[in-house]
Amino acid sequence: MDKGFLLNLYETMFRIRTFEEEVKKQFEDGNIPGFIHLGSGQEAVSAGACAAIKKDDYIGSTHRGHANLMAKGARTDRMMAELFARETGYCKGRGGCLHITDMSVGSIGANGIVAAGIIVANGAALSAKLKNNKKVILTFFGDGAANQGKFHEALNLASVWALPNIFICENNLYGEATPQSKHMRIKDISTRAQAYDMPGVSVDGQDVLKVYDAVSEAVKRARDGKGPSLIEAKTYRFHGHHIGDPETYRTREEVEEWMEKRDPVKLFKSRLLKEFKADNKEIDAIEKKILKEIEDAVQFAAESPMPDPAVLTQNVYV
Amino acid sequence: MANARLITGKDAIREALIEEMRRDPSVFLLGEDLEQATFGVTDGLVEEFGAERVRNTPISENAIIGAAIGAALTGMRPVAEIMFADFLMDAMDPIVNTMAKIRFMTSGQAKVPMVIRTPSGAGLSAGAQHSQSPEAIFMHIPGIKIAVPSTPYDMKGLLKTAIRMDDPVLFFEHKMLYYEGGEVPEGDYTVPFGKADIKRQGKDVTIVAVLAMIKKALMAADILASEGIEAEVVDPRTLYPLDMDSIINSVKKTKRLVTVEEGSRTGGIGAEIAARVAEEALDYLDAPVKRLGSADCPIPFSPALEEVMYPTEQGIADAVKQILG
Ligand SMILES: Cc1ncc(C[n+]2csc(CCOP(=O)(O)OP(=O)(O)O)c2C)c(N)n1
Ligand SMILES: [Mg+2]
Repeated sequence: MDKGFLLNLYETMFRIRTFEEEVKKQFEDGNIPGFIHLGSGQEAVSAGACAAIKKDDYIGSTHRGHANLMAKGARTDRMMAELFARETGYCKGRGGCLHITDMSVGSIGANGIVAAGIIVANGAALSAKLKNNKKVILTFFGDGAANQGKFHEALNLASVWALPNIFICENNLYGEATPQSKHMRIKDISTRAQAYDMPGVSVDGQDVLKVYDAVSEAVKRARDGKGPSLIEAKTYRFHGHHIGDPETYRTREEVEEWMEKRDPVKLFKSRLLKEFKADNKEIDAIEKKILKEIEDAVQFAAESPMPDPAVLTQNVYV
Repeated sequence: MANARLITGKDAIREALIEEMRRDPSVFLLGEDLEQATFGVTDGLVEEFGAERVRNTPISENAIIGAAIGAALTGMRPVAEIMFADFLMDAMDPIVNTMAKIRFMTSGQAKVPMVIRTPSGAGLSAGAQHSQSPEAIFMHIPGIKIAVPSTPYDMKGLLKTAIRMDDPVLFFEHKMLYYEGGEVPEGDYTVPFGKADIKRQGKDVTIVAVLAMIKKALMAADILASEGIEAEVVDPRTLYPLDMDSIINSVKKTKRLVTVEEGSRTGGIGAEIAARVAEEALDYLDAPVKRLGSADCPIPFSPALEEVMYPTEQGIADAVKQILG
């Protein structure tokens, strides 16, 4: 595999991790209001999946969507500014963590309503089909969202219409405070694909290359007009459901074990060094660059103005 | 009217769809049973435009509205049909939480040029879940425009405006108006949103009504005229934007207001209009405002019960006489 490509993947994952950990700190310091859902631990899913599509393809995102958006190419300074609720944020402080969106990189929105994005994503895929422009959409959602009626409606419609939609379930084993075993009887959410006569695969979501391969195959299928796929990436969130979650539903040992043995950023870094012969200097340079980028993002956000109440009702209508 | 013919409401809607689809390739239709439509509006369209642009869907209201939103966000102009307005409730989440809000939440990055057409209203003994008039519910949701045409002319003209508009539109088609005739010009014309139509001039009372109630209001005005009372009948034609200027100007002239709708009175269209008149023109009123609508009761099946639910022409005339004292 091309080393530049691999280093880019690492850069994306390291950017997501660094951004998310900084957001946690800034929230705890009182600089970010609201409810914040972090994606630390799930970096390989977004990075691997978005590496398999093109710049002008689409993504549909969720309440835990920072990683999706960064992997699709959004700027961290404007994202940080959005979380700081500033006028310079992508949504000028009207969206926040739950709705952070940069449509210029192909995001069609992030949703605070669990599973809301799954049905909307079909429309972007339908546009691509009607315009015959070969675009595809990656639709991210959680294990919890797979129990919504919308999941069924959306996968069925995508299948009936053979839409170029790749449904990516980030199964982090919990829907808020409920473990998967208590919210569904099956282990592999990908088996639900059978009900819609579409391919369904489960992959190790901590392995960025496995995610990349699975999504690449589904993307090829979609571009060839063969319709949607369901990919389940088994992953784990390192922090609570939102910052401040007391996390009574899982043990500290479980979390630490994942962090120690199944950290996607660390796992990929050691593979880069051992298997792909990257040298430490290259990796250090990437990490340094990102650390500086995120530091600058915080500064940009902190120095940006708050939105002007005088224009509160702008953009309710065109 | 130049080039006008007498056609039904159903055919007026159908004509607007055909003309807009011919004009703009980004316009397409999706909904349940479009090829053999419940009220026949879209029958035969698939023959001209093909199954790609006249898309039959599974019975999945969330998926229909969701797909329309996503298509609108990415450059298309979908016209979704929800088979009965009652079924809008199945898709309240995408309508209220996504369609209405995504432009604001993204601070103007997104626009959602879509229309949801849906038949509302009673009169077919269709029972409590196929007869509702839920228009007012959506007045409470910022981010949605709402059309309530009362004539075939307005149906065609407003629907064309709705399809060309960059905001999402809920377009209510009263079932009984599908079969009523009216003068409709051939070819292109539009009717603007937010511009009331004064259906009849009068100096003694302002009657504001929408959809099928316009006909009743005009019949009531005839009854009143025979007794020497001149009613002005105002049709707002859209509930958002709502042409309060025309309503208030009329009230300033007549000094009396009666509102007529088919939905429940409580929290209804008349409630909003009466409140706005109270805020802006209370001093002009010579009598209390009268709101007519259906009882706060689900819609019954039996015609014997259904027909007492709604304002009648005589009921409207009586209400006017009551406030005239
Ligand atoms: C319709 C709806 N129901 C409930 C919630 C509250 N809620 C927010 S996130 C969440 C858990 C979602 O779980 P999952 O889909 O697995 O995503 P994760 O948070 O694990 O990324 C819940 C219950 C909501 N936002 N929307
Ligand atoms: Mg989850």
